[in-house]
Amino acid sequence: MTTRLFGEKVQRLEDPRLLTGQGRYLDDLGHDAVAVAFVRSPHAHARIRDIDVSAALDAEGLISIYTWEDLPGRLAQPLPLLIPHPALTHGRTAYPLAKETVRHVGEPVVMVVAEDRYLAEDVCDLIRVDYELLKPVVGIEEAAQGAQLVHDDVPGNLGAHFVQEVPAADGRGAREAIEQAAHTLAFRLDIERSASMPLEGRGVYARWDGTDLRVYSSTQTSTSVRMAIAAKLDLPLPNVEVIAPDVGGGFGVKIVHPWPEEILVPWAAMTLGREVKWTEDRREHFVSSAHERGQVHFVRVGFDDDGRVEGLEVTILHDHGAYTPYGIIVPIITSTQLLGPYKLGSYRVEFSSIYTNTVQVTPYRGAGRPQGVFCMERTMDKIAQYLGADRTAVRERNFIQPADFPYDQGMVFQDGRPLIYDSGDYPEMLRMLKELIGWDSFERRPGVGIGIGCYVEGTGVGPYEGGHVQITSDGRVHVSTGLTSQGQGHETVFAQIAATELGVPIERVSVVTGDTRRFGYAVGTFASRAAVMSGNAIALACRKVREKALRIAADALEASADDLEITEGVVHVKGAPGAAVPLATVAVLANPLRYAFDEEAKRATQFAGTASPDLPPVAEGEEPGLEGRDYYSPVRSTFASGMHAAIVAVDPDTAEVEILRYAVVHDCGRLINPMIVEGQIHGGVAQGVGGALYERMVYDAHGQLLNASFMDFLMPYATEVPRVETAHLETPSPLNPLGIKGAGEAGVIPVSAVIAGAIEDAEGIAIDRMPISPSELFHLRG
Amino acid sequence: MKPPPFTYHAPLDLGSALDALAGAGARGKVLAGGQSLIPLMNMRLASPSHVIDINRVPGLDTIEDERGGVRVGALARHSRVERSGPAPLRRALKLVAHPVIRNRGTVVGSLVHADPAAELPAVLAVLGGSVRLASLGGVRDVAAADFFVGPLESDLRAGELAVSAFFPGLPPRSGFAIHELARRHGDYALAGVCAVVTLGDDGRIAAARAACIGVAATPQLVELEGGTPAELARAVQERTDPEGDIHASAAYRRHLVGVLAERAFTDAAREAAQ
Amino acid sequence: MTQEERHEITLVVNGVARQARVPARRLLSDALRHDLGLTGTHVGCEHGVCGCCTVLLDGEPVRSCLTFAVTVDGRELTTVEGLAGPGGMSPVQRAFAECHGLQCGFCTPGFLCTVTAFLRDNPSPTDDDVIEGISGNLCRCTGYQNIVKAVHRAAELMAEESE
Repeated sequence: MTTRLFGEKVQRLEDPRLLTGQGRYLDDLGHDAVAVAFVRSPHAHARIRDIDVSAALDAEGLISIYTWEDLPGRLAQPLPLLIPHPALTHGRTAYPLAKETVRHVGEPVVMVVAEDRYLAEDVCDLIRVDYELLKPVVGIEEAAQGAQLVHDDVPGNLGAHFVQEVPAADGRGAREAIEQAAHTLAFRLDIERSASMPLEGRGVYARWDGTDLRVYSSTQTSTSVRMAIAAKLDLPLPNVEVIAPDVGGGFGVKIVHPWPEEILVPWAAMTLGREVKWTEDRREHFVSSAHERGQVHFVRVGFDDDGRVEGLEVTILHDHGAYTPYGIIVPIITSTQLLGPYKLGSYRVEFSSIYTNTVQVTPYRGAGRPQGVFCMERTMDKIAQYLGADRTAVRERNFIQPADFPYDQGMVFQDGRPLIYDSGDYPEMLRMLKELIGWDSFERRPGVGIGIGCYVEGTGVGPYEGGHVQITSDGRVHVSTGLTSQGQGHETVFAQIAATELGVPIERVSVVTGDTRRFGYAVGTFASRAAVMSGNAIALACRKVREKALRIAADALEASADDLEITEGVVHVKGAPGAAVPLATVAVLANPLRYAFDEEAKRATQFAGTASPDLPPVAEGEEPGLEGRDYYSPVRSTFASGMHAAIVAVDPDTAEVEILRYAVVHDCGRLINPMIVEGQIHGGVAQGVGGALYERMVYDAHGQLLNASFMDFLMPYATEVPRVETAHLETPSPLNPLGIKGAGEAGVIPVSAVIAGAIEDAEGIAIDRMPISPSELFHLRG
Repeated sequence: MKPPPFTYHAPLDLGSALDALAGAGARGKVLAGGQSLIPLMNMRLASPSHVIDINRVPGLDTIEDERGGVRVGALARHSRVERSGPAPLRRALKLVAHPVIRNRGTVVGSLVHADPAAELPAVLAVLGGSVRLASLGGVRDVAAADFFVGPLESDLRAGELAVSAFFPGLPPRSGFAIHELARRHGDYALAGVCAVVTLGDDGRIAAARAACIGVAATPQLVELEGGTPAELARAVQERTDPEGDIHASAAYRRHLVGVLAERAFTDAAREAAQ
Repeated sequence: MTQEERHEITLVVNGVARQARVPARRLLSDALRHDLGLTGTHVGCEHGVCGCCTVLLDGEPVRSCLTFAVTVDGRELTTVEGLAGPGGMSPVQRAFAECHGLQCGFCTPGFLCTVTAFLRDNPSPTDDDVIEGISGNLCRCTGYQNIVKAVHRAAELMAEESE
């Protein structure tokens, strides 16, 4: 196998399209579709007394108005709870349109279909919903007290309660180990709510021809949306196709499925016999698409004189909003990934997942890891400060060592598999980071501080992804995989893998993702899994195709397959370039039906030989065509890692924080395309900076989101994001054929921990709550 | 987020514009740059029945020297004033939103919008400028002190069009400075201070004025006798009583006013000395 | 039911005069995308903050979501579809590809229009100039670092190609 393309900074194949306005995002499709808008609840908690549409019936352009009462069959049932868990004893999901009760501002109540979106919004304004106001439940701690309930049948607002404990080697529990440690510390850490906030909102466009339903959705999982639609609308699966077109960012929020609109819009298309489209606007996105991050953590740690952690106990209150369609993945990830690169003497973690009258919580890039890393890294900093030790030295003493791999943390991870780290080199990574940022030569001066944060990220979770590879008689290679793309450059990296595996020029490779017409089985793009899962599946599929190509070529060239190789799309005998047959010809030979549609087919006849009249044209165990399909299904996740450091300056007068330098050392195993990996890191860090210094969802006591606009939800511009300095360490994963680990979420994970540490270092004030604004820092100064 | 319907008027001269405005009364809104009005309409927070688009009215895109200052017409875009307007406006405009917004937004429009967190009303206030309002009934000039009435509320009456604003120049031995703090570059300021100081013969500050941004319902004007920048800043701070919001507490805002006022007075004094 | 009044307008988009019949409230972004089928201009917030919808109006970048189509009747517009020349992608477009200045591509048309005008006015910008120049456009994917790099690279390409 040539490594010419794998590992190279290959320019992206998707770019020419996206740079010339030829991308096709959801709202670019369906020019003639009619438009949907929703009447959404203006109240955080209320009972619907009456919906009066009479004033709207005369409105220009009105096509139809639907409430819950109009929904048939399974569409009228609550939305599915996708990821059940034994600890989630009180899982609750919403109805596609509110039935009787609304539980957060923004919950859809009425669906309006009109000739265009302007007219649909006019109709929404004319519909009167009479609400009986109920007392809203806002704030994690208030909700945990359970005085008011979000769901009448969920006492204490407690959706889930879960404990995992890893006892010490000598059998002592974490609490006992902490009690008996030489030193103990206890503190509280908070992370506030934020959101994925892709620049393209969600959107759904559906076409029904009387038999078949085609749905386009701005989703991170078209295959699962398809299954959800088939189930909810009672359609045979083969009659439903779902396509994720170009998607303008996801970051987690588009993995949830089905969103109400993903079944309501197709249903409206079927009911009306018209093409129907809903394009979410920004205000809707703020109040109806998922949020994440809000958690409170109570930490107790016991450690020895060197700072080795003998016991750690973390108690988490997780705010999962009004519903739990995605289960309790976020707090499970926090509680397991909190451990980072460390081997602790013992560990106990307990979380309570709490309902509030706010938008539901599902994973946002990092998915609970930023909170866990914030806990662990703040703990390390506090231990160092307590002992008067260097913060990196304390970390180093707790590191898992290279010889310890595979390292079993003794817990159950998000995929239900043991939390076993496959590979890594944390001491070397720390050495590289200290060198990159100049840790040891950092000059202490007033108002300037340095911080560090380390993390380990489980990536490439199963259960599987697949790849299909077809070489057609024009020599082109068509690759498809079921998972979707939202800007990660999959078309490029998967093409690099295929080109490398098959020995063809990358220009001849095209990749399709997220189109169920091309590939029906997939899980989706989340959890930094696409490169690991589909990358390996495509490599395996390519290997099947390559083997078949060599077998056919060997026959044609009267050579042994072992003596053949493929370069530049031509199969030839090693050392005898004259004895060669192009893959295009091999593709013709692979199909006994050889109408001479093209020159290639005519030419192939010279290799065809004489078929034996006594054998079937397609031999037993063979299939026509030069194509292959394979799946990659790992036993468990592969664990990427990284360490970040930052130097910040804090204005002594205004308490503004400026990031002077930001350094990242990153290990995602073998790099398929370093340019793309770096881009992922840059973007992740920028979102992390947003989460550390700017972005938060501010709810008032009435459950109103006070900053539901880009004016007040402060996503950083170029002026707020520092230049990121990067270095790469490559410890290949032993778990998969390509030795790769995921990279998508990495950049965002430790940023709040790093920035908090740096501000604390600059100011000498404990920073235990993020994000932090200049106003808040001013008050901490006292 | 689509605007509600309205009746559109696109007058080709000032008279027709005023006719249309008079006809529309309180249900009419003037559209110039649209950078404040259209977001409000897209969010359906503003629903004027009539929009009078003055973009085709000739003679309004002027930036003209007038005795003692500069008059800026209703269609002079921020970006043009930023290039060729008077120095205080040029400096303040660099803090107004982003270049692309400034390509469309107008100085007079920003004044009429009367956002207390915006820079230009404070500049007009600190310089002691005025806004010229025209209607079928005639023309009147309203001093800044009277023009800004409350948050997003000016003295503009139904049927009136703000045709221009007058920004007086600085007296001799005077300097101007503006300092603000915004969460992100280009955002509305958490707090800001526009300062004008005049030096006495001894080279010390003999008189000072400050207009504070984002701390009161209107640009808050403070007029002071001489003093050091620190003393003046303290005096300004003592007279402000800002409110808190989701971005900053009242106490922090008040603290910022002191910090920013001192910076502004210091810079203005330096400029005055040159 | 009263029918909303429609206005006949002409927009000269990418050098071609295009007619449309639109209500007065039609945002320029929607007119371009849905009336004229030029979907390269994207809509990210509809309150003027994100910059995805930036197009060139008589050469100057403006937010098309904060402009009524009727206001710019008769004016010249350039959208992302009009940036490439007969010889292929413009230097700005090529630089974005070369420097990996885009990921999901949704904000990209707004950046390309903004940067095209910016480099016309500032052919050899400093880092600070570039950051200020793109400071009104949000990108959620790239962290801006490669966009800044791309702007400098585009300046280089333009300088080389004008020699």
